[in-house]
Amino acid sequence: MDGAAAGTLQGGTPAADTDVMALTEPAVGARPAATAPPPPPEPTVVLRGVARSFGDNPALRGLDMAAPAARITVLLGPNGAGKTTAIRTITGALDPHEGAVRVFGLDPMVDGDEVRRRCGIVSAKPSLYDLLTGYDNLAYAAELYGLGRGATADGLIRASAARFGIDHALDQRAGGYSTGMKTRLALARSVLHSPELLLFDEPTSGLDPESSFAVLELIREMTAGGATVVMCTHLLLEAEGLADQIVVLEDGRSLVSGTPDELTARYWPGAVVRLDAEDPSALDRLAGADGVLTYDRENGSPAMVQLDDMARVPDLVRALTLDGVRLTRVEPHTPTLEDLYFAVRGRSRPEPGVVPRDPTPIDDRRLKSGNRIGRRFRDPFAASPGGN
Amino acid sequence: MAAVTIEATDGTRPRTKARRGVDWRAVRTVARTDLRQLIQARDFWIPMMALGAIFFFVIPTILLLVITRVSNVQIVQQLSTTLSVLPQQAQRAIRGDTGQARAAYAMAVYLFAPVAVVVPLTISTAVGAATIVGERERGTGEFLAHSPAGVREIYLGKLIASLTPGYFTTIVGFGFYSLIVNLIVGPQVGGWFFPTPQWWVLMLWVVPPFLALTLSLVLRLSARVKSTAAAQQASGLVSLPLIMVAYSQSTGALFGAGSVSWIIGAVAWVAAVIGLRRGMRAVTRARLLGVADER
Repeated sequence: MDGAAAGTLQGGTPAADTDVMALTEPAVGARPAATAPPPPPEPTVVLRGVARSFGDNPALRGLDMAAPAARITVLLGPNGAGKTTAIRTITGALDPHEGAVRVFGLDPMVDGDEVRRRCGIVSAKPSLYDLLTGYDNLAYAAELYGLGRGATADGLIRASAARFGIDHALDQRAGGYSTGMKTRLALARSVLHSPELLLFDEPTSGLDPESSFAVLELIREMTAGGATVVMCTHLLLEAEGLADQIVVLEDGRSLVSGTPDELTARYWPGAVVRLDAEDPSALDRLAGADGVLTYDRENGSPAMVQLDDMARVPDLVRALTLDGVRLTRVEPHTPTLEDLYFAVRGRSRPEPGVVPRDPTPIDDRRLKSGNRIGRRFRDPFAASPGGN
Repeated sequence: MAAVTIEATDGTRPRTKARRGVDWRAVRTVARTDLRQLIQARDFWIPMMALGAIFFFVIPTILLLVITRVSNVQIVQQLSTTLSVLPQQAQRAIRGDTGQARAAYAMAVYLFAPVAVVVPLTISTAVGAATIVGERERGTGEFLAHSPAGVREIYLGKLIASLTPGYFTTIVGFGFYSLIVNLIVGPQVGGWFFPTPQWWVLMLWVVPPFLALTLSLVLRLSARVKSTAAAQQASGLVSLPLIMVAYSQSTGALFGAGSVSWIIGAVAWVAAVIGLRRGMRAVTRARLLGVADER
């Protein structure tokens, strides 16, 4: 970081993480209006103060989170953040050593069978029986989930396989499937019994960009039917555009949670502009200018300036030009999930070629291939027609 | 947002719901799927068939043919002398007018009895050792752990799937063995005589509990160890003494009075039930996932 760059994009001071409370408790003193909209449905999943260790290694340390019904909640975090353990406590496959878990209002450790019957899960590995055919893998799940073995189950199996484009390969052994086909089979298996809650643990792990895109589109389709989705990933671009709700985990705790718009507004309450000049250091004078909330510039990089109002841009440009600064770029910057993620985690991006001690892989391949699900963050210029 | 009231457990392990009955549909599903995979695994069932064929068909055929067709009187006399070490009751039951016939009868009825124990135990141990740790190694334990199937149902399903191949091989092999014995020895002792009543008791009353007892230990090991190889090694250690016990008891059951077989079987059944109940606790969802279960 350039020493002259006094401001920082991480300089925001978001409120303490009270998101779970916000999701579950009405505001104090709130008075219901006569025409108040109906209350949102209860969160499908609530974790409160959940701790879980493996021997001496704590995986979850008082995790709080909630997954609203009929929404896609994405758990973000680096390897070892506790995402998979969180998923496992949700189904009751692992018992929390402390805290409480409620799924559909039920305790998975008491009503585990009921909870698991209403859940569909795809784990990081497809968990398929390689010696069995695709059909037999689905038939096994159909039986375990109470669909039986009759014509109804057969119809569901074939419909589910067709939905994920693997109906042509049902008679082949799953061991001969490609990685993409295995994931599709695992997805087909997860929705076979029409679950109300879908849990996806890095569902695109090992997939090529095209297959990843298809899988994410399918996940989006599934929520259209009213299912709740909890998906964990460390691929930020994958989560972007898909997440209705984001929970950032680190060291078994929730750092922050909320909708992308809420989190963006919390970390960047103003408008963000990217500026560059022939001599970028000349931009550093903006750090103390009127209306500049934060200023950030790394060596050799454009300056990121957060303004209290986008309408200040023409004045800033004029002032810089009058000072003899030769601008080469002035553009609005829509904070990405990647920006948000690093802002939340309170650390700058790793330097190129330097592997941080606690790496969070970014899938550059997808950046290059253009396989992006689409940005949902508000474009400040688009929100202000005429450019203010 | 609507409020959700949940009570923290404050470090205490949550209580599970009162036990419900066993879901036999889920047990059958797990067992059937495991068996289907075994059938698909040619590298498993070919050696299994070979083992059964060697013990129930090849070796008995060769030995019984040699004894019944041997012309060396001295050898037959030595065999007849050997029969004198058998209990009086067993000696009285031996049929046949000639030394050859008596020797062949004794060998068919008494000396091959342990085969009926060794074959199922060997096969079932090999299957059982890999059954739970194998799910973990293949990653399919994750699917089972998140499925609505209870751990009791998973355990029982895997027990049945481990028990069935060994016992099935034994029953089929027993059928072949009976045929061979009756065809080779029968004409010399006045007609078809096999299986004798003691053999029926052995096959239906004594062998199954020993098999179940061994598998209860093997499945416990399979749930705890980290790899299939470790499970195979440990299962060998556990099952070998049990094979020896089963060997001696089955032999004794045939040598002794009728009631001895029933008593041995009854004791074995009690031990098996205890072993199975304790073994059921070894299977947990955490172990299916392959994570440490301790606090």
